[in-house]
Amino acid sequence: MTDTSTAVPAATRQSIDTAAAHLKRRYRAERRFKAVGLGAILLAMGFLVLLLWTIISNGASAFMQTYIRVDVTFDAAAIDGDDLPGLVKSSIQQRFPAVESRSEKRELAGLLSSGADLDIRRALAADPSVKGTTQPLWMVASDDVDMAMKGYVSRQPGLAGNRLTDRQIAWLAELEAAGAVKKRFNTILLSSGDSREPELAGLWGAVVGSVFSLAITLLVSFPLGVATAVYLEEFAPKNRWTALIEVNINNLAAVPSVVFGLLGLAIFLNFLGMPRSAPLVGGLVLALICLPTIIIAGRAALKAVPPSIREAALGLGASKQQVVTDHVLPLAMPGIMTGTILGMAHALGETAPLLMIGMVAFIVDIPATPLDPSAVLPVQVYLWADSPERAFVERTSAAILVLLVFLGAMNLAAIMLRKKFERRW
Amino acid sequence: MSKKLAVAAIALATVAFAGAAQARDQIRIVGSSTVYPFTTAVAEQFGKAGKFKTPVVESTGTGGGFKLFCAGIGPDHPDLTNASRAIKKSEVETCAKNGVADIVEMKVGYDGIVLAASKKAKHMDVTRAQIFLALAKDIPQGGKLVPNPYTMWNQIDPKLPAQKIEVLGPPPTSGTRDAFIELVMEVAAETFPELKDLKKTDEKAFKKAYASIREDGGYVEAGENDNLIVQKLDANPNAFGIFGYSFLDQNGDKLQGSMVDGVAPAFEAIAAGKYPVSRPLFVYAKKAHVGQIPGIKEYLAEYTAEKAWGKTGYLADKGLIPMPDAERKEWAAKINGLEALKM
Repeated sequence: MTDTSTAVPAATRQSIDTAAAHLKRRYRAERRFKAVGLGAILLAMGFLVLLLWTIISNGASAFMQTYIRVDVTFDAAAIDGDDLPGLVKSSIQQRFPAVESRSEKRELAGLLSSGADLDIRRALAADPSVKGTTQPLWMVASDDVDMAMKGYVSRQPGLAGNRLTDRQIAWLAELEAAGAVKKRFNTILLSSGDSREPELAGLWGAVVGSVFSLAITLLVSFPLGVATAVYLEEFAPKNRWTALIEVNINNLAAVPSVVFGLLGLAIFLNFLGMPRSAPLVGGLVLALICLPTIIIAGRAALKAVPPSIREAALGLGASKQQVVTDHVLPLAMPGIMTGTILGMAHALGETAPLLMIGMVAFIVDIPATPLDPSAVLPVQVYLWADSPERAFVERTSAAILVLLVFLGAMNLAAIMLRKKFERRW
Repeated sequence: MSKKLAVAAIALATVAFAGAAQARDQIRIVGSSTVYPFTTAVAEQFGKAGKFKTPVVESTGTGGGFKLFCAGIGPDHPDLTNASRAIKKSEVETCAKNGVADIVEMKVGYDGIVLAASKKAKHMDVTRAQIFLALAKDIPQGGKLVPNPYTMWNQIDPKLPAQKIEVLGPPPTSGTRDAFIELVMEVAAETFPELKDLKKTDEKAFKKAYASIREDGGYVEAGENDNLIVQKLDANPNAFGIFGYSFLDQNGDKLQGSMVDGVAPAFEAIAAGKYPVSRPLFVYAKKAHVGQIPGIKEYLAEYTAEKAWGKTGYLADKGLIPMPDAERKEWAAKINGLEALKM
C-alpha cells in the first residue's frame, strides 16, 4: 500500500480532521461527565464518613462505664430489712472513715450511682453465701464521676461550676491510686430499660419495642402491599377507578408521616380503643406509612418481569392465578423485597407519628408483649438528646449507633433473602 | 396463608386489648417537656420501690397535656399532667365539661430561665429592659416604635461589652419561649412609657410589640434541643443562649449565667425568689382516678417527700429549684389531702 494520507482528497481530509477534533471534544466531555459523577459519589462518601465519624467518636465512650470497687459488708440486718441503698452508703463511708459531716457524707455517696444497690442485689443473687461477710464489690459510679473519668469534665480542683466538688475529686484520686476505679464494658446500656440516671439508662426496652413494632409492620404491610400490587398490575382493568387509586397511592407516599399518626390516633385509639403507647398501634401506623412504598416498588418489580414468561406459561395452559403465583411473583420477589426493606427502614426511623399515639414516653419496664407500653429506638434517641445530664450526650450517639446496627442487620437479612430468591433469565 | 394469619392476629388482638383497656394498673402521665425530667425521676424511684408499676410519662407539651388530661374520666385517659404554667380557666371548663370535676393541683417547684454564655466570654450584667432592647423586633424610640437598630450590646448601654448581639434561643413552639416572653419581654415593655401608653389604648398592639422577637439575625432560633445551644455557646464565646436552669447546672464548668437585674441565676437566688426570670412548675392530678388506678396517692406522696422535692432531694440534683420550706409544707398538706382546685 502507498501512503494513504496523500491519496485522500483535501475535502475528505478536512472532514476527517473535524471528526477527529470533534471526537476529542466528545472524549473530553465524557471524562468531565465521569468526573462529575465520581465527584458526587466522593462528596457523598465524605459526608457519610464525617457523619459516622462524629457519631462514633461521640458515642464510643458510652459503651464503657466507670465502676468503683468498695469493700461491702453484707450486713444480714440491712439485707433482710431490704435497705440495700443504706448498705451502699455505709460501705463507702467505711472506706473513708474520716468523713463526718452530713453534707460531706452526701458528697461521698454521690460518687456511686443511686442504682449501685442493684450491684449488691446481683452479688447476693449470684452467691447467697456472701451474706454476713465482707467482700470487695465493683459498683456503678455516678454519671458525674463517669464523665470525669472519661475526660469530658475537668478533674482540676477549684474550678467553679464543676459538678464534682473538690472533695469528690480528691476521693476519686485516692480511689484511683488504690486501683479501685476502672472502666468496664457497659452492659447496662444494652440490657436495661430507660432511666433518668444516665449510668443506669439502657436501650433494651426500645430495641424490644422496635422489634415488636416492625414485626407488626411487616406482618400487616407486606401481605397487603403485595396483594394490592399484584391485583393492580395483573388483574385490574385499566379504567378511571384504577387510575384514581393509582394516583392516590402515589400521593400517599408523599404524605408527611405525622398525618398517619393523627389517623392512627383517630382510628386505632379513639375508635377501636386500642391501648396508648403500645407497639401494636405503632406497628399498624408504621404499616400505613410503609404500604405506598411497598405497593409502588412491587408494581415496578412485577412490570419488570418479561411478558414472554407470562405468555409461555399461559401458552402451556396455566391459569392466570398459576401464572402469577408460580412464575411472575417469584421472579418479582427480589424487587418487592427491596421495596419492603426501604419502607421498613423508613418506618424504623420514624418518631413524629408515634408522638400522636403516645410512644414518645418515659417507659422503664421492658415490654413483654406488643400490648405493653413501649418506646422505640428513634424515640429513645430523641428523648435522650433532650436530657440535661451531660452523660446523655454520649449515650445519644451510642443509641444512634445501635439504631444504625439494627438497620444494617435488617438490610443484611434482606440482601441474603434476595440472593436466595434471585433468578436470572 | 400469611395474609389470613395476619388478619386473624389483628382480629384476636382487637378482642384482647378491648379487655386490656378496661383495667389499667399503671399510672399514666402526659404534659410539659420542662417538667418531664422531674416527673420521670419521681416515677423511676416510685417504680423502684416495687409496690407499683413504674408510671408511663409522655412528653406532649403543656397544652397537649391538658387536652389529653381533660378529655375524660376512665382508664383511657391519663391520670396526671405536667404543666410549666398554671391551668387556665378555659382548660378547667373543658375538663368540667368532660366530667373531670375535681383536679388536684401540685406546685412542684421553680424553673429558672437563664441567659448564659461561654466561660471564655466576658461576664454580663444586664437589665430586662436591655434584653428587650436587644431582642425585640421593634423598639420604642422618640415616641414611636422603630425597627430595632441595635447590632452591638454597647450601643444599648456603653457599659455593656462591645460585641455583636447574638442570642440563641428556643423557637415559638417552645414553652420556654413563652415563659421568656412573659417574664422578660412583657415586664420590660411596661417600663417604656411609649409601650405603656400603647397598652392602655391598644392591648393587642402592645402584645404584638412585646411578643415579636427580631428576625434579622440578632436572635437565632436554635431548635427545641437545649444541648445543641450549649454546644454552640461553647464553640462561640460571643453568643448568648436562653434555656432552662438545669442545663446551666449540668454544664457549669463550661458556661456562666449572666446576671439579670443584678442577680446571678444561682440555685439559692432562684429558690429565694430573687432571680426575676423564674416560673413555677405544676402537676395536676384527677381526683376521680384515685382509688381506681392503683398508686396515685402514693405517687403524689413520693413527689412531695422531702427526699424528692426537698432542698437536698434528688429533684434538686436534677435541676429543680425547690419551694421555700413553709411553702413546701403547705403544698404537701394540700396535695396529700387531695384538696381539689377551686377557680
